[in-house]
Amino acid sequence: MAILEAKHISKKFERTQVLKDISFSLEKGQVLSIIGSSGSGKTTLLRCLNFLERPDGGVILVNGETLFNSDDPETTKESEIRRKRLHFGLVFQSFNLFPQYTALQNVMLAKELLAKEQPDYKARKKEIHDEIEAEAKKLLDQMGLSDRMSNYPHQLSGGQCQRVAIARALALKPDILCFDEPTSALDPELTGEVLKVIKGLADQETTMIIVTHEMAFARDVSSQVIFMDDGRILEQGTPQEVFERPKEERTKQFLSRYTNG
Amino acid sequence: MEFTEQFPIVFQALNVGFLQTLKLFFVTLLGAIPLGLVISFGSMSRFKPLSYLMKIIVWIIRGTPLMIQLLIIYFMPGLMGHNIWGGGESGRFLAASVAFIFNYSCYFSEIYRGGIQGVPKGQEEAGLVLGMTRSQIFFKVTLLQMIKRIVPPMSNEIITLVKDTSLARIISLQEIIWAGQSFLKGNQGIAGVIWPLFFTAVYYLIFNGILTVLLGQLEKKLEYFR
Repeated sequence: MAILEAKHISKKFERTQVLKDISFSLEKGQVLSIIGSSGSGKTTLLRCLNFLERPDGGVILVNGETLFNSDDPETTKESEIRRKRLHFGLVFQSFNLFPQYTALQNVMLAKELLAKEQPDYKARKKEIHDEIEAEAKKLLDQMGLSDRMSNYPHQLSGGQCQRVAIARALALKPDILCFDEPTSALDPELTGEVLKVIKGLADQETTMIIVTHEMAFARDVSSQVIFMDDGRILEQGTPQEVFERPKEERTKQFLSRYTNG
Repeated sequence: MEFTEQFPIVFQALNVGFLQTLKLFFVTLLGAIPLGLVISFGSMSRFKPLSYLMKIIVWIIRGTPLMIQLLIIYFMPGLMGHNIWGGGESGRFLAASVAFIFNYSCYFSEIYRGGIQGVPKGQEEAGLVLGMTRSQIFFKVTLLQMIKRIVPPMSNEIITLVKDTSLARIISLQEIIWAGQSFLKGNQGIAGVIWPLFFTAVYYLIFNGILTVLLGQLEKKLEYFR
């Protein structure tokens, strides 16, 4: 069974139809890359999956559970959405780390707030805190940041910030980790370290959806690629199919800009 | 009377007046800091009638002199047959406090609004994606960033407030200007001297000096993040 199924997602901003009948599914442990030019709706699609935008129409299922169905008001309630968000993690283009917290605190904050809702929190406070801290340290270590844990975001490079942001998203153990152009705000020299970390996650079979302009990377890391254009999925398939044998003229045109440039 | 004889008498009277000045200052801060937050949330509300109402109130309060507001708030109820403030100094203090709290909360609300809207939207979104509730996001993420942003403009307003308390003289609140002026008209055998009134400036200056240092320290404390 697919870990994620999105069916007929549509979204309109004012008069522009940003997403038009988007359907796709993703298997556990797979990596899906979404490519396409700016304004094609890639970011909006990710934001819909994370409930930062509410789709006008469509159904989102995770592990067979209906998280969102535009026809069922029960599933679109604000109070319900908070829990459902936890199925997804999102790494932003601009990191969005919390500036007043250290790298370690950034990774721990949300987990600690969630832990407070556990019935046994009061009794096991110290123990829970230590567990969360140990896990956060492990994650930062995995991101190659063991010597940067007590630094504040403004003391870190863009690449380091983005790796903290990845650790922060992983701390909540989402079923599906989403990346919204994770390297677009970085100096070219720093993109490598972030891509390496994402590749590492792919090797550990982390289920991921990556919106990216790094074509070589998408080709290397993905099990599935979607090419979006004007709010539609124009083409989807394996990296070989999409990159080497694109069927649509528009896809060829888009890809040629990367290979020739 | 010699100056050396006048001085202790004047000093004593000015101290008493300044105590009233300080009282009005702190009561205004205590009231206007939270009320300003309520007004700023109101003016940012998605419920349009509320946000328009708040914006109209802010427009009126910021658009008219505080001195006139003091006069209206102090005298209007009596003129309409409801003496709600009661007589004497305590009545004047109550009326002055209400006028100052209203006036300053409107200015504070605009500073807060700038501070809240100045925090990047991505901060809230990051919190949401991490499963935080809106109130957790406000208290754990946005608030401190907002405080950092508003400390410099708030410092400005707070220093202005110290001097604005002198406007309460218009309803004869016995603050330091009133005390200084009393030696012009005649008080404890001293009359027709203006230096006590001039001397009040020293009180404001020293107190604002202390505040400037304290607020500067707070600003510095928040420099650990950007």
